[in-house]
Amino acid sequence: MNILVCIKQVPDTTEIKINPETNTLMREGVPSIVNTFDSYALELGVRLKEEHGGKVTVMSMGPDQAKAALKECLSVGADEAYLLSDRAFGGSDTLATSFILASFAEHLEKEKGKFDLILCGKQAIDGDTGQVGPEMAEHLDIAQVTYATDIKAEGNKTLVKRENDQGYDWIEVLSPAVITVTKSGFEPRYATLKSKIAANKAEIHVLDSQSINIDVEKCGLKGSPTKVKKSYTPKKENNGIIINEETASASVQKLMSLITDKKVI
Amino acid sequence: MSANIKNKNVWVFIETEYGKEKKVGFELLKPGREIADAVNQELVALVFGKDVKDVARKALAYGADKVILVDNPIFERYSTDAVTDTLMDLINKYNPDTILIGATINGRDFGPRVACRLKTGLTADCTSISYNEETGNVKWTRPAFGGNLMADIECPNNRPQMGTVRPGVYKLPLFNEDNKGEIIEEGCNISQNDIRTKIIETIKEVTENINLEEAEIIVSGGRGLGKAENFSYIRDLAKALGGAVGSSRAAVDSGWIPHAHQVGQTGKTVAPKVYIACGISGAIQHLAGMSGSDTIIAINKDKNAPIFEVAHYGIVGDLFEVIPEFIKEIDKYKNS
Ligand SMILES: Cc1cc2nc3c(=O)[nH]c(=O)nc-3n(C[C@H](O)[C@H](O)[C@H](O)COP(=O)(O)OP(=O)(O)OC[C@H]3O[C@@H](n4cnc5c(N)ncnc54)[C@H](O)[C@@H]3O)c2cc1C
Ligand SMILES: Cc1cc2nc3c(=O)[nH]c(=O)nc-3n(C[C@H](O)[C@H](O)[C@H](O)COP(=O)(O)OP(=O)(O)OC[C@H]3O[C@@H](n4cnc5c(N)ncnc54)[C@H](O)[C@@H]3O)c2cc1C
Repeated sequence: MNILVCIKQVPDTTEIKINPETNTLMREGVPSIVNTFDSYALELGVRLKEEHGGKVTVMSMGPDQAKAALKECLSVGADEAYLLSDRAFGGSDTLATSFILASFAEHLEKEKGKFDLILCGKQAIDGDTGQVGPEMAEHLDIAQVTYATDIKAEGNKTLVKRENDQGYDWIEVLSPAVITVTKSGFEPRYATLKSKIAANKAEIHVLDSQSINIDVEKCGLKGSPTKVKKSYTPKKENNGIIINEETASASVQKLMSLITDKKVI
Repeated sequence: MSANIKNKNVWVFIETEYGKEKKVGFELLKPGREIADAVNQELVALVFGKDVKDVARKALAYGADKVILVDNPIFERYSTDAVTDTLMDLINKYNPDTILIGATINGRDFGPRVACRLKTGLTADCTSISYNEETGNVKWTRPAFGGNLMADIECPNNRPQMGTVRPGVYKLPLFNEDNKGEIIEEGCNISQNDIRTKIIETIKEVTENINLEEAEIIVSGGRGLGKAENFSYIRDLAKALGGAVGSSRAAVDSGWIPHAHQVGQTGKTVAPKVYIACGISGAIQHLAGMSGSDTIIAINKDKNAPIFEVAHYGIVGDLFEVIPEFIKEIDKYKNS
């Protein structure tokens, strides 16, 4: 199988703190990581390759430092890595981002042949929209399945396990397809010392807008219909009542009188 | 599609499955009404589904001026292609100004697909929406960075402007059976062959036969339970209150309960009348799924647990002591 995995380097949002004086995000010193869900997508991709043969290519759009994320992917089973970096891409919303990534994928296909599957994370833990995968599928005019937790290839069939409100569906999807992956039972593997050293030596291919011959009018702020007008840290109201009596029974009685007074139950 | 005078009316997509609506569709008729009134346009509900005429009538009762109904067996279960293609045909025919979609698993699947085909903007997973008089656009408010940052977003130059909105952030509008309006039936030109996906098996995992998103009371358990068997404490409390059982991811990861019960960023977004978190620390990813609840009650033995920062009522204590007492008191109260 010829598999492409889209990798976004993101700040580890679980480490982000808010400066209580200025009420802004403190991004300094926050480590950059491979987006959590992209690691799960990569793991599924590598497992498919191990079972059925083929290749896993990873690609990322971002600044030069995203090379580190791609190297990490090479150390856990990706075969080749591409970075697309260009100032013209700054400020892209999901429509523009997905256009760039779709053009990038089409460019890589000239060299690597058609991708059977393009895997994305379910969402990036910074932008949190989850829109890039489906919009990429639309730009490429191929099928999509979102919220996947497992992928199986049987003959020429691709089967995807997708979350729904009550459990899961197994969905058969026509390939090529974009599949967005959520956390699955297949924990991303760890790199070994040897694979880390090899990944460090490996080349990351770096491309820009010219090398993929993209219409920059459709990229960046110009190509983005949504505009972020304002961003701010959420207000935290803290007027809850904390009950800490001597015994559990005293605490519960106090709670009951409060919530029955207020007709909570 | 760029901003154009010919675009008008506010559309709300009412998602259905097995002929039954998802509540969020009706919830969105509330902000939809406000926006439509502000610009003096009509509020139109879109109902796709199999045998869903009663859903269309309910949409009128919840305040829609009109309903566009596509009643077709192809919509019994969800597929990206059938919904996208049908919605596109209708958008091209009627040119709406604004489209609101519930930020459900399926809404977040076809929403971007449609927005991309229209080359328009889509704001994701909003927690509040309003009309900005100054600019004449909808102002979409949404959390990003795992809930650490809020953003106000507008789509100034393209129509329709679109957004997905989280379930539970808006309460249902008043239901009035006397509200009358037109139900426009539209056909759908999709055949099974146009659909690139096929559901071949459905696995139901929610053991308790209740939909978390629709439950009025949810009792959730976390790592503090210590082991799978101790979920009986949560089930017993839920039973005493007539509520549903939820969980944190740590409990799911430990294999104590299926994922379908998970609340949070990678689970369900819920907004019940009462949410009771037991042995859950209150990580931001958990809060993302339940902070819209009307009343939050937390039981945790660590008085510094972040869950107490969002709780309206908190008991600092051992859940294994507190829950049995709580059940006792509830039973007493019920019998009084
Ligand atoms: C506060 C804030 C709010 C925003 N809200 C919106 C909004 O509502 N609508 C909107 O259109 N834009 C929005 N944006 C812009 C959006 O964050 C960017 O377009 C971003 O590049 C992609 O969105 P995302 O991070 O949400 O990715 P997602 O759509 O969540 O990403 C899904 C997957 O796509 C792949 N992917 C995404 N980006 C890359 C990349 N650079 N390289 C490789 N693979 C990638 C990964 O596999 C990832 O897991 C917002 C930006 C900010 C700062
Ligand atoms: C990308 C991403 C997505 C995520 N998505 C989700 C999500 O959707 N949902 C989610 O829940 N998490 C999610 N998480 C995980 C989240 O960060 C936390 O790890 C998780 O919520 C912790 O679960 P917990 O509160 O049950 O466990 P812990 O954080 O370990 O907390 C256990 C709590 O139980 C208390 N306790 C222990 N014993 C007792 C006792 N006897 N009586 C009373 N209290 C007791 C402790 O004081 C503690 O506060 C996500 C993380 C990431 C990185």
